[in-house]
Amino acid sequence: MRMSKVVRTAADILFPFVLIFGFYIVVHGHLTPGGGFQGGAVIATAIVLLIAAYGYDAIARRITKDALRNTEALGLIAFIATALVALALGAGFFYNWLAGTGLLFGMPVGFGPNPGDLNTGGTIPLMNLAVGIEVLGALSLIVLYMLSGTQEAA
Amino acid sequence: MKRLAFLTVIIIGILLLWAESDLPRFGDPDTPSRTYVAGEYLERSLEDTGTENVVTAILAGYRGFDTLGELTVVFTGFVAVTLLIRRGGRL
Repeated sequence: MRMSKVVRTAADILFPFVLIFGFYIVVHGHLTPGGGFQGGAVIATAIVLLIAAYGYDAIARRITKDALRNTEALGLIAFIATALVALALGAGFFYNWLAGTGLLFGMPVGFGPNPGDLNTGGTIPLMNLAVGIEVLGALSLIVLYMLSGTQEAA
Repeated sequence: MKRLAFLTVIIIGILLLWAESDLPRFGDPDTPSRTYVAGEYLERSLEDTGTENVVTAILAGYRGFDTLGELTVVFTGFVAVTLLIRRGGRL
């Protein structure tokens, strides 16, 4: 069931900002409050916003359940793979092998009050990303499946 | 039946209030939860993980298995919803 043009336009305008805000929460998970789970939930609300404005049928045709299902499995696999790479390098499961190496996300973190550097944290930003991808897929899928049973009045 | 439920609530409430006197004082620095690893986390999380957010350092670093279980719970929830709500056809 489509909402009025005002609601649809407002949803169109808000959608990219909600996505950017969710992505910001995921990526800055190791610097500011938040993290993968919260950011993924915010991104899922963006999809719910579109469904509320345009109706289930129009959105389910564009955002397919197959794509979301793959997204979700990919997130879980990426999370476990990040932990398994440490095992392959000879350290313990979940060992933070990237921290302080100077590689990606491996910069040493400054002491004292500082605004925070995105390029720190080792594997933790990668895990946050994986968690975000998984939660985004799972929550959107749950909403889509729950709505798939409703009869829509044309 | 209603009276029995009410009585149960009252008895459990009395038991809980009775046990409450054994709890540590609010904000007591000598409780086991503060003296065990909390200080270690606060002191060492910056050099161990290079993460300024101690909460994230604990969630994704020190207690990664907890996060793995959390993700598995989300995954299981999605699978359960999929199995319950699909109407015929393949998954």
